[in-house]
Amino acid sequence: MLGKALGQPAHHPLSRPRSLWSAFHIDPILLGLLLLLIGGGLFILYSGADRNIEVVKAQGIRMAVALVVMMVFAQLDPAVFRRWAPWLYLAGVAALVAVLLVGVGAKGAQRWLAIPGLPRFQPSELMKLAVPMMTAWYLSRHFLPPRLSRVAVALAIVLVPMAMIIMQPDLGTSLLVGAAGLFVVFFGGMSWRLIGAFVAMVSVAAPLMWFFVMRDYQKQRVLTLLDPQSDPLGAGWNIIQSKTAIGSGGVDGKGWLQGTQSHLEFLPESHTDFIVAVLAEEFGFIGILALLTLYLLIILRCLYISATAQDSFSRLLAGALTMTFFIYIFVNVGMVSGLLPVVGVPLPLISYGGTSGVTLMAAFGVLMSIHTHRRMISA
Amino acid sequence: MPWGEFKDVAAERRLFQRRTTVMLGVVLFMLGILVARMYQLQIVEHDIYTTLSDKNRVQVQSVAPPRGLVYDRNEELLAENRPVFGVTLVPERVDGMENTLGKLASILSISEEDMERFQRRLREPRRPFQPLPLRYDLNEQEIASLAVHRHELPGVEVSAELVRYYPHSELTAHALGFVGRINRDELQRIDPINYAGTNYIGKSGIERFYEALLHGQVGYQHVETNARGRTLRVLERQNPVPGEDIQLHLDLRLQRLAHELLDGSRGAIVAVEPDTGGLLALASVPGFDANQFVTGISVDNYRALSEDLDKPLFNRALRGQYPPGSTLKPMLAVAALDSGATTRDRTIWDPGYFQLQSGGRRYRDWKRSGHGWVDLTDAVAESCDIYFYEIAVEMGVDTMYEYLAQFGFGEDATLDVSGALSGLLPSRDWKRAVRNEPWYPGDSVNMGIGQGFMLATPLQLATATSLIANRGRWVEPRLLKDIRGDRSAEEFLPPPDHDPLILKNPDDWEFVVDSMAEVMHGTKGTARGAARGAPYRMAGKTGTAQVFSLAEDEEYEEEEVRERLRDHALFVGFAPLDDPQIAVAIIVENGGSGSGTAAPVGRALFDAWLLGFPDEGEALVTGSATEGAH
Repeated sequence: MLGKALGQPAHHPLSRPRSLWSAFHIDPILLGLLLLLIGGGLFILYSGADRNIEVVKAQGIRMAVALVVMMVFAQLDPAVFRRWAPWLYLAGVAALVAVLLVGVGAKGAQRWLAIPGLPRFQPSELMKLAVPMMTAWYLSRHFLPPRLSRVAVALAIVLVPMAMIIMQPDLGTSLLVGAAGLFVVFFGGMSWRLIGAFVAMVSVAAPLMWFFVMRDYQKQRVLTLLDPQSDPLGAGWNIIQSKTAIGSGGVDGKGWLQGTQSHLEFLPESHTDFIVAVLAEEFGFIGILALLTLYLLIILRCLYISATAQDSFSRLLAGALTMTFFIYIFVNVGMVSGLLPVVGVPLPLISYGGTSGVTLMAAFGVLMSIHTHRRMISA
Repeated sequence: MPWGEFKDVAAERRLFQRRTTVMLGVVLFMLGILVARMYQLQIVEHDIYTTLSDKNRVQVQSVAPPRGLVYDRNEELLAENRPVFGVTLVPERVDGMENTLGKLASILSISEEDMERFQRRLREPRRPFQPLPLRYDLNEQEIASLAVHRHELPGVEVSAELVRYYPHSELTAHALGFVGRINRDELQRIDPINYAGTNYIGKSGIERFYEALLHGQVGYQHVETNARGRTLRVLERQNPVPGEDIQLHLDLRLQRLAHELLDGSRGAIVAVEPDTGGLLALASVPGFDANQFVTGISVDNYRALSEDLDKPLFNRALRGQYPPGSTLKPMLAVAALDSGATTRDRTIWDPGYFQLQSGGRRYRDWKRSGHGWVDLTDAVAESCDIYFYEIAVEMGVDTMYEYLAQFGFGEDATLDVSGALSGLLPSRDWKRAVRNEPWYPGDSVNMGIGQGFMLATPLQLATATSLIANRGRWVEPRLLKDIRGDRSAEEFLPPPDHDPLILKNPDDWEFVVDSMAEVMHGTKGTARGAARGAPYRMAGKTGTAQVFSLAEDEEYEEEEVRERLRDHALFVGFAPLDDPQIAVAIIVENGGSGSGTAAPVGRALFDAWLLGFPDEGEALVTGSATEGAH
């Protein structure tokens, strides 16, 4: 397949001259932005991990693996994703069931599935890709915008795995999985009236969730968010300390490795979920603007890729993956700055650890695949 | 499309692009929210968070000043500071408090009081990661076993602090006093800033009187700490000003000798340098180890001390109020001569008793057969009671009061001796106020031999004797000799407030001094045995104070009286006669007679001070050479 791709330009007189990049199915603009982000992220991580070079090395290796995964996904034709979407989805749901029955975990949550002979993995991570693929597959089989009944089925496709992930419980991931699926439905053309009705339904469901679904520690997080001072040494500590770190950074920050909040261990999780507070403390408002600008450029590029994709499946999938990436950013920065409750969502491609980096890069691989596997459509 | 529905590809693309435009708007809007939030935190509220961050990071720690040292007049260290180890717990880091306390209790001995105090402080509001003390004063073995078990006991730390230590505590406890942990009352009194790092305060004696001088000024350091309160670096430091080292007039050798002389009995010795008023020895026997009070004495040990029949905690030298007995006679002789109640040549017939009027109550002489014809010199030398009964009645209480007050009786005349009592100098007003009775002539009779209502402390007797040695020049007794550094002792000693006792005929001083010399050197002197063979001349007066009163004609056999009801033996004196170097007052409780028990003690003190201390012939040579240089 690779050989065929390489050979293509010479035998295809109608195509534009294709660069080496497209031969490898790489979008150089997106790759450049991502490398910039990952490189800068390692730089901040060195400070966030209190100059622990081992942490930076481990993250570098993980990111290298993620880049390889991205490239592998980029080589696959979007048709492959579409063909495999239902099976991937079903496998993911089965794995989620297995997690709930026999999963292993830590800190009161079952998230991992240990299958003998395979590395331990989180099925919920798989669903970040499988749910939007499945939803896109289902909706793109029919004309768009979808009819009400199809919207209902699509929502079911999204909500079932989401509910299962909540039960693990892993609020952060279920939010991201749900967002990915719902964005597909949105991009698919779900009518505004239905969206309105859906929002109304959620606002009714929220109180019910509070009383019947949410665990105490999750409620505590929400309550602490509303009034962090109520528990300054316990749950509120994180938020107070991260706001202090951010606020004390000022316009241009205290300088790299000079952040007192993070280096004196006042800031918890300074190299994982709260790393943006390290950036804000050491590089100030300017650093934050630079980071958000970089993220915005990536999103713009991805939305461009989505808008120029050739078929509905690709468009829906690309758009949803792009918006999920944005949700990561918004939720993480929002929670660290005290706008949102503390749910475990990492800062994409910068926070240390987790498998989310690999999943994210796989998503970018899908986007690159969509952008570089173009069929010639006769005019 | 395999299922044959019609798909409008262009319409779907337009639909998607519209939705994408909406999403782009949403993305920009939400990023705008984040930017606005960051703007609010980093620019608008920047100052608030900078303050919070610095407060987090920088802590002001107080640095306790090292307490000033105390030396004796020969540079012998009397009070120093030693590191003492205690065990503290940081509750936030302790892995299971009950469990940890249980383990600690198996390694160390932790008293119930320690445990209770710890539990109370655990419940009180406090800063997170602040260590709480559990026990002080660990011994080396306990420190070692803690080190062995350290890995099982997270949050448990051994801490060191400088604590007062008295190397010669048994000897100096009563003279120096001691420090102890600051209690609740003292906390109200002290400057909380200056004592921010201090756990100890002077509780008694010199330690209490010169607290301000010895304590010093607290220092500060701004330290950067991490979230666990561990100090990472010192940003700024203001060093504490250490307490002043002070030197006392006290001579440890004399103090030791005093304790040895009184060893096995109860009593007190006060020795004064007449010229300076410096207290050379201030001994109360038995003494006690003040070191156990510093870090907090256990209830059992305290009970043992306080319930001891010999009252080791009682400072007899300053607070023991005894009838002065015959040791009051030289002062009364001065009063009688100066007031004209008697003359040097007047003789009185002593039949062995005295009566206010014939047929009245007989006041006995200690010598039942009487002394015959006695003049004033004889009356002092032989301690004739009848002579003093006579002149006491002739002087009357007002005159006696007037003169005795000038000798420092009935007041605390010391400059810096904390806790000294005033004794009791009776007067008409006093008796009216306290007893609601008039002053009877019989009261004067008793007062004439230092009995009756009259009470004096050994320190007061030494002061009055020193006044005679000085021939009326008042020098208030004091402990502080010098302050190391630039400041002088006078700056901190209260101002002297006594006028000299000027006699109408100053030669009367010499007369009384000579009569006191007769006590020691005269053929009939009551203490002639004690002075035998002395290469210098000395003045003295013995005394025997009744512990309980005997009825008029009651005979008593000393042996029959239980030991604790025997008379107190007293002696006052100074030497050498013409250039007094030392004046002493000695009381041996239930010691029997002053001449037999107390006077030899005085002689031993004089010999040591003037001729050299027994065990240090060589040191004496250098010592006197130094003195010659002064």
